[in-house]
Amino acid sequence: MKIGVVTFPGSNCDYDCYKAVEELLQAEAVYLWHKEHDLQSVDAVFLPGGFSYGDYLRCGAIAAHSPIMREVIEFANAGGPVAGICNGFQILCESGLLPGALVRNRTLKFRSRAVHLRVERAEPPFTSEYEVGQVLRIPIAHGEGCYIADPAVLDELEANGQVAFRYCDAEGNVVPAANPNGSVRNIAGIVNAAGNVLGMMPHPERAVDPLLGSTDGAPVFRALAGHLSVAR
Amino acid sequence: MTDYSIEVRVTPRRGILDPQGKAVGGALTSLGFGGVGEVHVGRIIVFSLAAEGEPQARETAQAMCRQLLANPVTEDFRITVSPAESVG
Repeated sequence: MKIGVVTFPGSNCDYDCYKAVEELLQAEAVYLWHKEHDLQSVDAVFLPGGFSYGDYLRCGAIAAHSPIMREVIEFANAGGPVAGICNGFQILCESGLLPGALVRNRTLKFRSRAVHLRVERAEPPFTSEYEVGQVLRIPIAHGEGCYIADPAVLDELEANGQVAFRYCDAEGNVVPAANPNGSVRNIAGIVNAAGNVLGMMPHPERAVDPLLGSTDGAPVFRALAGHLSVAR
Repeated sequence: MTDYSIEVRVTPRRGILDPQGKAVGGALTSLGFGGVGEVHVGRIIVFSLAAEGEPQARETAQAMCRQLLANPVTEDFRITVSPAESVG
């Protein structure tokens, strides 16, 4: 099992993802430089958080068209597991792999704190270790995490069970007060129609060890490892 | 080929929440400027483009907007094409 973590200029959570793969899964992790065209035969790809290209133009807009993304898009369209976390989610939306867009937080404030998430989808490759309705505590750190999409797109996401996580309170109630950024329908993460591409604003890689205050993000990595070992 | 000067004006799509515009509007009002309606903050991208003619230049600029300069989910764009000013 080999898992790739793409590094764009301005990525700053690539090392966290790398360590999560290496230490939690005891699997081989490789960095994929944004200028490369070679995915090095990885079995899954993470697009990490950060501020790729300084958030110039729009968050994720330039990274979405960087050289390595052509291969990532091909890999995703062929069914390869791809997860975008925070800036990675923005890049997935900008690249067209996921519908909708992430815009400035409704409060205009950069939000950096742990939030509660309600699991809405418990399916491979990324969320099968959770149960629907489970409440997680995972950190967010973003200024542009307000998810929006056309009403028709939102209805399609809901109908297909493509919403993976929603912001909720500690009891799992999906209420406006628990929404840190103004995302429509409290959406914190979605998958594509095929289910192999996940985008989420919260940082599971920052919640993989008791020292970090939470281990609720670890199942994302374990689910992927389980999925890949079955797929083999 | 002729050089054209292209100006792309990108604004948040109407009806989509524009917290930045709202904050600027609030600040203008608190400065004492009366009668301020909805405020929107966008961006202007200017560049020169060599093309066969104005329609071609416009078509290329439109493709650029659709692929990169504007986000079709959240933004509208308007393109102005004019003969390039000679830079002295």
